[in-house]
Amino acid sequence: MTALRLIHACAALTAAASLALTLWRGVDDPGVAFAFGVLIAVGELTRWSGTGARRTAPLGTAGSLSYALLGPDAGHPTGHSAAQVVTVVLAASLLGGVPHIWCGRTATADHLARRVLTAGFAAVCFQPLYNRGAFRGWDGPAYALLLVALLVLTALCDAVLAAALAHCRTRWRFGPLLRDELRGLLGIGFAVCATGAVMALAVAVAGLWALPVFCLPLLLTQLSVRRYAAVRATYRQTIASLARATEVAGCTPAGHARRVAALSRAVGRDLGLSRPELTVLEYAALMHDIGQLSLVDPVPAGATAVLPREDQRRIALLGGAVVRQTGVDAEVATVVERQADPYPEQPLAARIVRAVNAYEEKARDAGPEGPLMALEELRLATAGDYAPEVVESLARVLSQALSDPAGDGVTHG
Amino acid sequence: MEATVPARAQGYVACVALLAALCVLPPDATRTPWWAPALLAALNAACEHVVRRRSGGTFYPVLLAGAFLLPPSAAALVPLPAALLVHVEHRPVLLRRVWRAAQPALAVWAAGRVHGALGGRDAVAAHAFPYALVPAGAAVLAFCLVLTALDGGLRAAGVGIPPTPFGQWERMPAHRAWRGLLSRSLAPVAVHGLAGLMMAVLWRSRYGPVSALLVLLPMGVSCWVFAQYHRERAAHQATIRALVQAVDIKDGYTRGHSERVGRASVLIAHELGLDDERVEVLRFAGILHDVGKLGVPTRLLRKDGPLTPEERRIIELHPEYGHEMVRGISFLGEARAAILHHHERLDGSGYPYGLAGGQIPECARVVAVADAFDAMTSTRSYSRARPVEVAVEELERCAGTHFDPRMVAALVRALGRHGWHPGVTADDAPHTVPAQQPAAGRRSGAHR
Repeated sequence: MTALRLIHACAALTAAASLALTLWRGVDDPGVAFAFGVLIAVGELTRWSGTGARRTAPLGTAGSLSYALLGPDAGHPTGHSAAQVVTVVLAASLLGGVPHIWCGRTATADHLARRVLTAGFAAVCFQPLYNRGAFRGWDGPAYALLLVALLVLTALCDAVLAAALAHCRTRWRFGPLLRDELRGLLGIGFAVCATGAVMALAVAVAGLWALPVFCLPLLLTQLSVRRYAAVRATYRQTIASLARATEVAGCTPAGHARRVAALSRAVGRDLGLSRPELTVLEYAALMHDIGQLSLVDPVPAGATAVLPREDQRRIALLGGAVVRQTGVDAEVATVVERQADPYPEQPLAARIVRAVNAYEEKARDAGPEGPLMALEELRLATAGDYAPEVVESLARVLSQALSDPAGDGVTHG
Repeated sequence: MEATVPARAQGYVACVALLAALCVLPPDATRTPWWAPALLAALNAACEHVVRRRSGGTFYPVLLAGAFLLPPSAAALVPLPAALLVHVEHRPVLLRRVWRAAQPALAVWAAGRVHGALGGRDAVAAHAFPYALVPAGAAVLAFCLVLTALDGGLRAAGVGIPPTPFGQWERMPAHRAWRGLLSRSLAPVAVHGLAGLMMAVLWRSRYGPVSALLVLLPMGVSCWVFAQYHRERAAHQATIRALVQAVDIKDGYTRGHSERVGRASVLIAHELGLDDERVEVLRFAGILHDVGKLGVPTRLLRKDGPLTPEERRIIELHPEYGHEMVRGISFLGEARAAILHHHERLDGSGYPYGLAGGQIPECARVVAVADAFDAMTSTRSYSRARPVEVAVEELERCAGTHFDPRMVAALVRALGRHGWHPGVTADDAPHTVPAQQPAAGRRSGAHR
């Protein structure tokens, strides 16, 4: 929690100092400041606070970055300071965020802290040097490349900051989180950077008219990101209901698939899987028992971990065949098919599903000592069936969940 | 796929290609440096390559930037390398390549003409905003008009239009060939036009073509996200279909029943004048109404002969099983209530809750009628299929006691108007084509 406090304190200090400086010195180029403020506020307003999309406010981020890196306006140099940039960004983000705060939808403090620190970093790198005239020799394409370089640097810092914040909030390991953030940069992250650079350059050439002209395409990008996230969420719900078919049919106990999926996701995260890999793992875990629907005689209590190996494999292959029909990613079907293989031949996701499924089946009816005994049984069986590193990771995840019952790492995934 | 294109379509493509060649041919009086069209053409080919491979759509910002920057005859050359180099998935390859070169060439040429006539090139060079928007807007309109006119001609000549040109073979009557094309493509092309304008302005600025390249990155990501959206939606629909197939496998005698009930529900919903969103929800309600049968032992579902009261009670649990399964799927909305209540009867003698009259949700009353209708007109283990007229008589006899008379009347009207074609099953339902435009204003709800 101390790192989180540190980041918030840094952001608050930056914001307060900038506000004081701006109030003391007054606002340079109020028209430009107002235009960018409106842009950022609109970006914030249309932000979508879902869990699926990574950059939830690309327009707001691009707007604040371009204001931080704004040199001339239609050929005339501007004189706004880094402090003014932070003030405008903060005020616009707060204004645009009012509806979101009103509905209590997101961790607004983290979002604001990130926005203020990122914009502040870019502005401190650029504005003092520009206002002193250090870039006067950099006219032409070199200036454009300079902006791009600065933005890439800023994006890297932002990725570190985002990973640190997520690490503090969730206590997941920092390395995989950072890797995830950096991988996210390659897609929409660089697009946001490019947009920031384009808007700064376009305003430098054509004045403030460039903002609405280029805003519209970006606004539509934001809407498509949102629809994409919505359809992903729906898809996930459908997969979860398909998984519930085995429970309704009486093949497996209620909630089994959901618990295996949540625990598998936590273990996968602990082992450093990336976001797409985690999705595959989650879907496979949800549907790992679906092969039982094709059985004529149901398995007692749906417990596959105690069956002979050939039966386990047969059910796994049946399940894989069903999953292939559903049009889900073929990787999911592979994981489901291979969940009963000996672990040295399995992909990592299948190892996780196998170990977690066995743990869930052994632990659920065994009373208060069930979890520990189940874990012990898994450890003893690591010679052939369960991968030792997965069992150790499972033990870590479980002990974390026990020591931190408020943490949502296991229950919500 | 059959690779014989009607002769009139081939002739039409040849004419368009000839026109495009005429546009390119006259060497312009003003001297343009050769590198600008070459660079734009290469850029366009690269973008088309990426966008087509990733999403199967088309990408206009570079073409429009060409129209804003270059003289018309030079701009018309920009789409050429993309058409010749980018991979073509379906046959006939040569005809497609010619079409892909000729159609945008003509459109770009027209856009360039209009833009130049309104003094757009000077406005772009002088960064004269907001006036630069006027010629750009006119150019986008011209571009769109030419594209849709050529597409409509292709339709009238008897073959499909993009995104799957030359795909379908039946000829469209001329008055329908152009309908809806312009309104569908104008908005996305306008967005691409704004990006193209920004590109042109930056290209002519002192920051040079490097800065213009940056515009392409967000546009590319936008296309990518849009394609991902469609891919995910297609996967989602496949999953729903798989749910239905699972029921069909268990209950072999009712193969295709779910899909047909979905279609009958849609017929009734249209007849009742419900809005599109509710019609879609009712389609899903019809398709998924028996999904709870997954929870009923296969032995009972396939049993020949009369059921014992105990067995009947178990089968009558299926609406509740179904509701339990789909209650987490939020987009189904009131379809979930329809799944739970589709065996309720108007006089209160149905199950699971014995609701009566207006207590039964409207959509459940629709699905109940559609379900009974299809059960009567298809062959079951215990009965042969009855003709539609007999089934309608039976429905009308039970209207008021079992079924809502309003829904029965709607079904009868719809049958009178459209007839009943029960041949379509889940397997040959039309598949969705990938969308052509990254910014097209499609409904977010799943269609089909």
